[in-house]
Amino acid sequence: MHVNHLLLKKEEVNPLPIRKLVPYLYLAPCIVMMGLFVYYPIVENFRFSFYDFSAFSPDKAFVGFTNFINLFHDPVFYTALKNNVWYAVISIICQVFGGLILAAILEDPITRFISSFFRTVFFLPVVISVTVIALLFTFVYEPNMGILNSFLHGLGLDSWAREWLGDSETAIFAVIAVSQWQSIGYIMMLFIVAIQAIPREIYEAAEMDGAGKIRRFISVTVPQVKEMFFVASLITLTGAFTVFNEPYILTGGGPGNASEVLGTLLYSSAFAKDQMGYASAIATVILILTLLLSLVQKKLFRTGKDD
Amino acid sequence: MIDLETKATIDYTYNVPVKRRRKKAKIKGAVPLYFILVVYFIVVAYPLFWMIINSFKTTDEIFSNSWAMPEKWLFSNYSHAWETGISGYFVNSLVVTVSTCLGTVFISALGAYGLTRFSFKGKNALLILCMGGMMLSPQVSLVPLYKLIQALGIHDTYLALILPYVAYRIPITILLIRAAFLDVPKEIEESAVLDGCSSWAVFTKIFLPLNYPILLTGIILTAYFTWNEFMFALIFVDSESLKTIPAGLMQFRDALQTNWGVLLAGLMISAAPIILLFLFMQKYFIRGLAAGSVKG
Repeated sequence: MHVNHLLLKKEEVNPLPIRKLVPYLYLAPCIVMMGLFVYYPIVENFRFSFYDFSAFSPDKAFVGFTNFINLFHDPVFYTALKNNVWYAVISIICQVFGGLILAAILEDPITRFISSFFRTVFFLPVVISVTVIALLFTFVYEPNMGILNSFLHGLGLDSWAREWLGDSETAIFAVIAVSQWQSIGYIMMLFIVAIQAIPREIYEAAEMDGAGKIRRFISVTVPQVKEMFFVASLITLTGAFTVFNEPYILTGGGPGNASEVLGTLLYSSAFAKDQMGYASAIATVILILTLLLSLVQKKLFRTGKDD
Repeated sequence: MIDLETKATIDYTYNVPVKRRRKKAKIKGAVPLYFILVVYFIVVAYPLFWMIINSFKTTDEIFSNSWAMPEKWLFSNYSHAWETGISGYFVNSLVVTVSTCLGTVFISALGAYGLTRFSFKGKNALLILCMGGMMLSPQVSLVPLYKLIQALGIHDTYLALILPYVAYRIPITILLIRAAFLDVPKEIEESAVLDGCSSWAVFTKIFLPLNYPILLTGIILTAYFTWNEFMFALIFVDSESLKTIPAGLMQFRDALQTNWGVLLAGLMISAAPIILLFLFMQKYFIRGLAAGSVKG
């Protein structure tokens, strides 16, 4: 009894305060890293967008909303925004809808014996670095011997051949096409995982009821992967509004500003023109756009969950 | 008896043609599906195939005959690419990727352990803080991050890449590892504590070894991200000698304006490690991507 009593007392009095600290110690590295490199810059960026300053000088001049006013009067901003919207629309169609259809085909029992081969090949572009892919596509789009123009000549469609990346009409779409080529496989894989989680009995029951392939796709697959559908659209939409790599490597925003997106505009404002405050204002706009998108998505997702 | 027999004959006469008809319909239904698969296969595989065969050719041959197999397989393109700068970028990428993977997974495992095995004040807030990090894209913090890296005096060093990479990979990696840690039965931990193990011993001797598949998934996903990351690599490192592959390739392209075979060989060398990692670790890769997609 005495011993027990002592033990209890000791535990109560002594190690408890330390024990209370222990979980925070485990979490400290995460908190420090994320606080310093993820959250602090977000707050700073918001503050920076009200200042005018350059990369290598410590002086900052408070300019209020001037950066935003200039931005909203800049025609290039609207070109970039329009291109981002194109990016979003085309990505939703190709990646989310295209990816879902590919996933459904690969999960159909009829293609099962060879589906793992196709699945692996379709996913390959996802794992290759965007720099490698963008540089490879400069060859695809090369006007004289590039794959695309050679293919069109081969089909006798000579009038269709053009300088895809150098033509201000086609540049942004050529860039968007590269992103689709690379990312459809990723969204497809997400849908494959979702489709594999659907109980087989539902399909069997639908087949018994005489539902054909298309009917089964529409009334079984689509509603069952609804959740993944929203996740996939959120991923592609966020990606479309923050895109930087492909336009930067393929066209640098050109010709002129024809294929500029918000990401490349931000980069050139900050690191070519040294207008750090202006670049921060662009970043703030991107942040607000992506947050709004995810809020809208969440709302849609919730209503989707209810029924 | 008669009933059963007639039923059997009816079944027989009725069923066979239906089955045959179904089989025929099945084959018919498969044609458009295979058509889509094959067309998309060509769209994806042809450029990759083109890259492989042309990486063994001279520039003249690429120009005159890019569709054919190489007349002579120029393996020297590969050694030329390796010596023209790819080797340096490759080593840099390796150093940055290995450090980022180890740092990310270790710190995330610590955090996940703290979040799953203790109850304490502010736990939910911290969980939301971790998850919220996934919603924020690095583009948005580019300018302040650049300033911060200058202020820390790590601009143009490996750390300028490793530290931000680790920070941006922590949220998703914590999420992955936390899910696995939640599934570890409480009894295992309790018996270890009764045996006198400290929480640190429980972590290193039980949780880490027990959950190595998820740690491996975390490492693979981080490696995939780090090996391919372009924007930070372009901006936070200036010296040619410290650049990782994605940023270095831009310089490599400018240096090889006219030597396309070597450029393509360089692209092949850059893509190879992560393709091999994917082919051999497909299971872990896909599991991680699927778990990681559950955003927000």
